[in-house]
Amino acid sequence: MAESTQINSRKRFPFKLQFEPRLDTPPGWFSAALQIGAVIAALILGGIIIAVVGANPFATYAHIAGASFGSIGVLSDTLVKATPILFTALACSIAFRMKLWNIGAEGQFIMGAFGASAVVLAPLLPATTSAWIFIPVMMLAGISFGAMWGFIPGILKARFKVNEIISSLMLNYIAISWMNFWVFGVWSEGGFQMSPKFPQTAWLPRLLDFGKSVPLFRGLTTHLGLLIGILVAIILWFVIYRSKWGYEIRLIGDNPTAANYAGINISKNVVMAMMLSGALAGLGGMSEITGVIHRLQTSPVAAGYGFTGIIVAWLAKLNPIVAIIVSVLFGALLLAGREIQPSGIPKMIQGIILVCLIASDFLLRYRVRIVRVGEEA
Amino acid sequence: MDHPETQTPANIPLVVTMKGIVKRFPGVLANDHADFELRQGEIHALLGENGAGKSTLMNVLAGLYSAEAGIITVNHKEVEFHSPKDAIKAGIGMIHQHFMLVPSQTVTENILLGMDQPNFRMNINQYDQKIAELGQHFGMEVDPKAKIWQLSVGEQQRVEILKMLYRGANVLIMDEPTAVLAPQEAEVLFTTLRTMVADGKSVIFISHKLQEVMAIADRVTVLRKGKVTAAGVPTLGSTRQELARLMVGRDVVFQMEKTKQEPGEVVLQVQNVHAENDKGLPAVRGMSFEIRQGEIYGLAGVAGNGQRELSQIISGLRKCTEGKILLSGKEISNQPTQFAIENGLAYVPEDRTHVGSAPNLSMTDNVIMKNYRHEPISRGWMLDIPQAQHFAQKLKDAYNIVVPNIDTPVRLLSGGNLQRVILAREISGNPALLVAVQPTRGLDVGAIEGIHKLLLAQREAGAAILLISEELEELLSLSDRVAVIYEGRLMGEVREPDLETVGLMMTGTPLDQIAAPIATGAK
Ligand SMILES: Nc1ncnc2c1ncn2[C@@H]1O[C@H](COP(=O)(O)OP(=O)(O)OP(=O)(O)O)[C@@H](O)[C@H]1O
Ligand SMILES: [Mg+2]
Repeated sequence: MAESTQINSRKRFPFKLQFEPRLDTPPGWFSAALQIGAVIAALILGGIIIAVVGANPFATYAHIAGASFGSIGVLSDTLVKATPILFTALACSIAFRMKLWNIGAEGQFIMGAFGASAVVLAPLLPATTSAWIFIPVMMLAGISFGAMWGFIPGILKARFKVNEIISSLMLNYIAISWMNFWVFGVWSEGGFQMSPKFPQTAWLPRLLDFGKSVPLFRGLTTHLGLLIGILVAIILWFVIYRSKWGYEIRLIGDNPTAANYAGINISKNVVMAMMLSGALAGLGGMSEITGVIHRLQTSPVAAGYGFTGIIVAWLAKLNPIVAIIVSVLFGALLLAGREIQPSGIPKMIQGIILVCLIASDFLLRYRVRIVRVGEEA
Repeated sequence: MDHPETQTPANIPLVVTMKGIVKRFPGVLANDHADFELRQGEIHALLGENGAGKSTLMNVLAGLYSAEAGIITVNHKEVEFHSPKDAIKAGIGMIHQHFMLVPSQTVTENILLGMDQPNFRMNINQYDQKIAELGQHFGMEVDPKAKIWQLSVGEQQRVEILKMLYRGANVLIMDEPTAVLAPQEAEVLFTTLRTMVADGKSVIFISHKLQEVMAIADRVTVLRKGKVTAAGVPTLGSTRQELARLMVGRDVVFQMEKTKQEPGEVVLQVQNVHAENDKGLPAVRGMSFEIRQGEIYGLAGVAGNGQRELSQIISGLRKCTEGKILLSGKEISNQPTQFAIENGLAYVPEDRTHVGSAPNLSMTDNVIMKNYRHEPISRGWMLDIPQAQHFAQKLKDAYNIVVPNIDTPVRLLSGGNLQRVILAREISGNPALLVAVQPTRGLDVGAIEGIHKLLLAQREAGAAILLISEELEELLSLSDRVAVIYEGRLMGEVREPDLETVGLMMTGTPLDQIAAPIATGAK
C-alpha cells in the first residue's frame, strides 16, 4: 500500500513523529469536527501572533467580527463581497466535480462582465431601455460570454486533449487584456481608465432601493445578485445530485472508464461542463458589474474572485450549498481586511485558516504517531 | 509439501499466531475473534466466502489495519503493527490483488522505491545485479531493467514478490494471487512458492479455487462471517466437497445440469471482424461466428489472444478496423456505446474496479449505470431517487449482496460482492445479449454456483450469451458450443468439447488439423 512518510527530528532527540496512512474510513462527524477544530486552531495561532506583535488578540478578533458581522450595515457589505465569490466557487465546483481543473473562472468572470457591459456600452440596447428588459439581456450576455470562455478550453480538451489547466489559465490573461483594450480605448470615459457609468435601469436592484418603504434597508448595498447566486446554488445542488446529467457528471468524475462503459459521451460532457462552469462565472461577472461597480473598470473586476472561488469550492468539498456558507466567511475576511488595514492581519488569519483546513484534510487521511527513535529506523 | 519430513507438526516452529482478532467496520463485524496460526515452511491457505473477512484478517497481519482486540505474535514475540513498514520489519509482506507498481519505472526502481537504503548516489547497476540474483534463487526470472508496463501480469506479480523478498520478508501473504493469472502462469507461481517454502519461508495464500488450494497448500483455515470455522486442517485427505462445505455451510454443486433446449433466432452476428489492441497491433484478425437465443457460446483461450478486444468491440468500447457486428440485425460495430446498450447488450467486463464500477459512488449509483436513462429510474431530466433506491435494495436482496447499506461506496465492498453488484446490474435488465468476461473471477464457490445458475436462467429466458473465460471447467460445463481463440483467430468450434481438443486448439492447432481419433472421440 502506501508508504509512511517520516519527519526526522534531530538525531539526539529520542522521539519522532511518524505519519501513517489511515486505512479505515473515519466516521462522518470526525471530518466535521476536524474542520471546526482547524478553524479554532487557526484563530488561536493567529491570536498568538497578534499578541506577539503587541496587540490584544481578543480586541482584534472582536474588531474583525464587528467589522464584518457587527451590524446590519457591515453584514450587508459582507454579503456584497461574498456574492462574486459564490458565483466563481459554484463555477469551479461543477468543473472540479468532473475532475476538470478549470483555473479560468477569473477570465470567465471578466468576460461575463465584459459581455454585460457591452449591452450598455456597445450599445446593444439604448440607455432608455426599461430594467425589465435590460437586466435579463445583460444576464444572458454575461452567461454567453462566460460560457464561450469555458467552451474554448472544453473543446480543446475534448477534441485535441489539450490540458485544460494551461488553456484556461492562459485565457485569463487574454480576458484581462481584452477588457483593458475596451476600458482604456474604445469605451474610455474622457481618457480615464474606466467606462462611463451605466444608466440606473441597468443596475441590479439593491436593498437601499427599497429604503423608502422599509427603513431598515436604508444604505444597504446588498443586491439581487446574492439572491440569484443562492438560487443558482440550490439549482446546482439539484442538478448534481438529482438529475440525470448530474449523475453522468459524478460518474465521469469518479471513473471515466466506467462512464464510457455505461455509454456516456465523455467529450460532449467535458464541453458542456466547461460551458456551464464558464456560464456561472460569467453570470458572476455580470452580477458584480451591474450590482456593485456599475461601469466597466479593470481593477474591481479582475480582483481575483476566480482564484478565491477555487479555494472556496474545495473547502466546501464541491457541495454548492456549503459553498454559500464558505463564500460568506470569505467575504467577511475580505471585508475585515479592508476595514482594519489594507492588508496584514486579516489576510494573515485568512492564510492561517486555509493552511489549518488543508492540514485537517491531511489528518483525515493520515494519523500521527510519536515513536521512539530506537523502535524505528 | 516440501518441508523436512523428519519434523513432526508439533515441533515445527510457529512463525505467526493471531489470537482473538476483532475488526469492525461501520455496520460490519469483519473479524470476530479470529485465530490463525502459521508454521514455518508451510503454505497455508485461507478460505472463505466473499466478505468472510479474509482480506481484512491479512490486512491486520500486514499492518494495514489495526485490530480492535487480539494478539499477534511473530516468532513467539508479541508485536503491534502500526503500518506496513512495521510488518515488513518483522518479516511479513503482503501482496495485494491490485499491484502497486509504477508502470514507467524499471523493475529495480520499483523494488527499491520507498526504501531508505540507497540514497540519491545510488548505483543502479549494482542493484540490478542483486535483484537478478534474488530472482534466480527463487526461480523467478525477470529482467531488472525492464519497465513495468512491458511486463505481463504474471511477471508484474513476480516483481511484487521480489519486492517483498528484497525487504526481507519471511512470511509472504498473497491475496488471491491466481485470480489474475492464466493457468500456465499460476503453475509458474506455484513452483516459486514451493522453492520459497523449501527455503524456510512461509506463505499465506488466499484463493477461491479449491482445486488449486488442494494442490498447493499444506493446511487450510476457513473463515465464515468473520469467525474461524476450521483452523489448520491438512489438505491431505480432504476433498473439494468437504472444503466447500466448510466454507459455505452446505453442499455445493460443481457440475451444473443444463436443460436441453433448441436455440432460437440469431442474436449476435460477428462477421469477419478485425481490430487492434491498445498498442495499435492487430489483436483480432478476422473472426466470424453467430450466437442464437437461448444459447451459451463459450470462448476459450489463453489470456492475451484477442478475447479482451473482441468483447470490447462487441460492447462498443473499441472500434473494429474491418468487418461488422450485428445485434438482432442492427449494426452495432463502430457505433456509440449507448447504441448497443439500448439494443439489449449487457456486458460484464473483466476488470470490475477500473471498468465495471465507480468506486467512490454508492451502490445505488453503481447499479443504475445502465438503466438511469429510462423510467422508472428517471423521469424527464430528473432521477427518481426513491425508485433508484428501491431498485438497489431489490438487487441487494435478490443477489445476496453483503453490504452495510445501499448508500455504501462500492470501494468498501469485498471483491466478490463487487462482482455480484456488477452481475446483478447487467442481468437485471433482461438483456438480449450478455457478454460475460470472467464472470466468476474472485467469487467463492457458493457464489460461483449462484452465478452459473443465473447464466443458465438467462439462457432459458432466451438470452444469447457470450461467455469468455479462462476457467475451462466452467466453460465446458455451461456452454452449448465452445470455440477457441488463438492469436485473434478462431481455431474451431465444438459442440461436445473435451479438455484435450480444447487444450490443443488453445495452443494454436486448428480443429481440422487435430488427429481424427481425438476429434471423433469428442463426439
Ligand atoms: N475499509 C472498509 N470499510 C468498511 N467495510 C469494509 C472495509 N473493508 C472491508 N469491509 C467489509 O468487511 C467485510 C469483510 O471484507 P473482506 O474484504 O475481508 O472479505 P474477503 O473475505 O476478503 O472477501 P472476498 O473473497 O470477496 O475478497 C465485508 O463485508 C466488507 O464489505
Ligand atoms: Mg478479499
